[in-house]
Amino acid sequence: MNVLSLIVFLPLVAAAALAPVPARLGDRVFTWSWGAAAAADLALVVAMWIGFDADGGISYEQRLRWMPSVGIDYHVGIDGLALPLVAVTAVLFLACAIYSQRRLRRAKPFVLLFLCLQTVSLGLFTALDLILFFVYFDLSIVGMYFVIAAWGHGNARKSALKFFLYTFVGSLVLLLGFIGLYLAAEPHTFDIVELARANPLAGRETYGAVVLLAIGLGLAIKTPTVPFHTWLPPAHTDAPATGSVILAGVLLKMGTYGFVRIAMPLLPQSWREYAWIVVIVGVVSVLYGALVALAQEDFKRMIAYTSVNHMGYVVLAVGAAGLIAEGDEQARSLAVTGAVTQMVSHGLLTGALFLIAGVLFDRRASYDMGSYSGLAGRAPVLAGATALAAFGSLGLPGLSGFVAEFQIFTGSLASASVPTALALLGILITAGLLLRAFHRMFLGAERLPDTPGSARRFEDLRSREIFSVLPLLVLAVVIGLLPRFLLDVVEPSVTSMIGVVGR
Amino acid sequence: MNAKLTALVPELALAAGAVLGLLAGSWLPRAKQWSVGVLAALACVVGLVATASSWGGVPETVFGGSYALDVTTHTSRLLVLSGTVLVIWLAGESLGNHPRKAEFYVLSLLAALGTIVLAGATDLLLLVAGYLLASIPLYALAGFRKDAPGTEASLKYYLLGALLGVTMLTGVTLLYGVGRTTRYVVLVRTLPEAPHSIVAAGTVLLLAGLLFKIGAVPTHFWVPDVTEGAAAPVAAFVTTVPKVGGLVAVYRLVSEVVPPTVNWPSLIAVLASASMTLGNLAAFFQESVRRLLAYSTISQVGYIMLAVTVATRSELALPALLFYTGGYVVTNIAAFAVVSEFPGATRIADYRGMARSHPALAGVLVLSLLGLVGTPPTAVFLGKLEVFSAAVDGGYTWLAVLAVVNTVISLFYYLRWMVPALLAVPGGEHVPLVRAGRWTAACAYTAACGSLGLGLGGGLVLPGLTGTVLP
Repeated sequence: MNVLSLIVFLPLVAAAALAPVPARLGDRVFTWSWGAAAAADLALVVAMWIGFDADGGISYEQRLRWMPSVGIDYHVGIDGLALPLVAVTAVLFLACAIYSQRRLRRAKPFVLLFLCLQTVSLGLFTALDLILFFVYFDLSIVGMYFVIAAWGHGNARKSALKFFLYTFVGSLVLLLGFIGLYLAAEPHTFDIVELARANPLAGRETYGAVVLLAIGLGLAIKTPTVPFHTWLPPAHTDAPATGSVILAGVLLKMGTYGFVRIAMPLLPQSWREYAWIVVIVGVVSVLYGALVALAQEDFKRMIAYTSVNHMGYVVLAVGAAGLIAEGDEQARSLAVTGAVTQMVSHGLLTGALFLIAGVLFDRRASYDMGSYSGLAGRAPVLAGATALAAFGSLGLPGLSGFVAEFQIFTGSLASASVPTALALLGILITAGLLLRAFHRMFLGAERLPDTPGSARRFEDLRSREIFSVLPLLVLAVVIGLLPRFLLDVVEPSVTSMIGVVGR
Repeated sequence: MNAKLTALVPELALAAGAVLGLLAGSWLPRAKQWSVGVLAALACVVGLVATASSWGGVPETVFGGSYALDVTTHTSRLLVLSGTVLVIWLAGESLGNHPRKAEFYVLSLLAALGTIVLAGATDLLLLVAGYLLASIPLYALAGFRKDAPGTEASLKYYLLGALLGVTMLTGVTLLYGVGRTTRYVVLVRTLPEAPHSIVAAGTVLLLAGLLFKIGAVPTHFWVPDVTEGAAAPVAAFVTTVPKVGGLVAVYRLVSEVVPPTVNWPSLIAVLASASMTLGNLAAFFQESVRRLLAYSTISQVGYIMLAVTVATRSELALPALLFYTGGYVVTNIAAFAVVSEFPGATRIADYRGMARSHPALAGVLVLSLLGLVGTPPTAVFLGKLEVFSAAVDGGYTWLAVLAVVNTVISLFYYLRWMVPALLAVPGGEHVPLVRAGRWTAACAYTAACGSLGLGLGGGLVLPGLTGTVLP
């Protein structure tokens, strides 16, 4: 069996094995098995990374005939665009598994759901067939819906429904776009590699524009970009901490990954033509996300809006890479490399921030920044972790966010100077708001929300929390200081993808 | 006149099963009437075996060109017989020791036979015969329990069916009048030369009867009443099996017989839009699970009619129609199997907390409802993919977009049922969930596995669904 398929389906097999185990055996059985499965999966991913040959092509490829008469195959493979995201997915799921030890409501269904979600997420990043991609895309929505609706708090049902309906619209519009691609190719196929090679929409301007509109809309809702982001803040606010981690760290990447995997290489001509719209959407997301985040009083909601801001950088970069008239190929490669790095960096840092939000909620059942103050004295480890994650998120040199954003801005400046200059303002605003949030909550005189039933003292991070948050931050530091191990994997694939877009 | 009786083994098996069942049922004591069910299932299995062995043969018409043996007939036989087996399976426990249990099986077999005839008919008179045979047993079945809701359902079903049956006959008369024959092969030649307005009027009137069989707008009024008023297995049968025959008959008629001068694609497109939209909107705030499923079937038929709309414009239309219909039949029966398993639970609220008490059946419910939405990897997802592809390919992108909008809308009401079942805590004022028995549950699992298997293994099935459709 192909190691990639093994990585993808290992969590699902674990879920199938756990399903008949009766829930009365205790939560530990499930959370430990979950941790073991996630760790094994991560080990396999690391092994795959070591064996990965970064030559810009597809490795670990496997293609099985699935539905040949309708052009659907089980086609998986991995390249420099997908591998980092597969790795982040495996890391984040393990972090969630560690974080969830010993504090779960209804552990069995939760663990089963997360194992299934892991298969779905890993599958999406490895899929090389549009329908396979869509199957995972759709199932990720269903899975996340149940995570939010069943284990969320506050107005969880309503937020989950909004999330489901909104992103479901996106997924179906995406499906229509895929059908458009499928019908344009002769013979009809959903295979991403074959479609990239055949470039079926070359010279068909209107058709290409409509298909790009459908695919772009579907991905923009999932990413999300302004103005399709309104599902995100409520979903994040009411989701459980681990749900938010996966939603921000993995599910949002499905949208941006779709741009580099599907929209750009399969619709190069239309992409170049309408890249300026993508750039504008990106800049608006950057600025709008940052400004709205500035106005938030709710810690989790604020991080949710910074996600809109961070995804805006990615969208800006992939848009700038399509502006072929200006800017040389190297600059455009740099922008897209930055975009992929940003996906990784955002996954790690926002994952850590959402886990920290979960820690706050566990202690005092509140995300209200105004009611916390001076936590650093009581919880120095928590304060340090938050500071590191916030600095990384605002792009301080030495952390992964800087590597990503520096490349995005350098790469985009040549082809889209004015939008890039505007987007730089976004960095200033996020820096301001993250520092202000840190200042308000962790420095100054100690003050805690007066939540009935909570311990009098505010406890610092416990071991399971440290072991879930810190590895994410360590990885962010490693990428910030020694980015070559990541960039060497990403760059060759980006260069060949940029070549496809440029033809 | 090529009277090949061997080609009609499935039909003959059903007829023989019905006759034998009727005779046996009149003599058997009440406690032993279940054996008629075995006999009926056996008749279906014989038909299935015969269908499988004749699959892929050269398409031909038999009995003087009045009955086609092509891919649509074969698939219809397969779907109708499998659906009937599942319903017979379901009925075993739901009907308990009903004194007229044998009649249920006999009537089901006759309706199945009529449905197959409807699908295979290539002669207007045979089509009408099929219509009557597929309808009259169902009128009786709808009122099988002889209670007030069942009687009302039966009466509504009968009155509407009788009216539209006459309408259909009027259409046949008109077409016969201007086409000078009832045989499809000849009509193909004579209708284009006939007066367009009469051909158009005849077609519309003829379609009215077939639309009644598939429960599409505007002839859908019976669907919610019958689905709610009849016994659960009857509802499962009525909302699935007859649609197969009706849809195939419409497909055959419009794609092969009706001349292109009649703008039937627009008519079907409008009816498809109306079905999916009105069905969905009406399902929105239903509290009764059966009414919800009833309106959901109306909208599902609307999606399937997308494939009929582009029958002559896209090669993908035929496999899309047949696959979606098959996926729908098995998924819908899975949902009805859950409903039959809990005969006391009639409202959505009664299903609260089902996941705690019956996790496996809750899984079936979620799978079938998400399946009806079109979530991968179930059969209906693949069906929707095919149908949307066919519609876009045939130049009806707007219809595909409308279907997408409707799919999103439908998610809302399926979730209204799913969410309390999965997430709510049992308690409050509702009927406790009492199971009908193991057999019904087994049927639910089987149908759910079928839905999932058909979705994952569609690659094996789809190549067999293409071929020539005979006029």
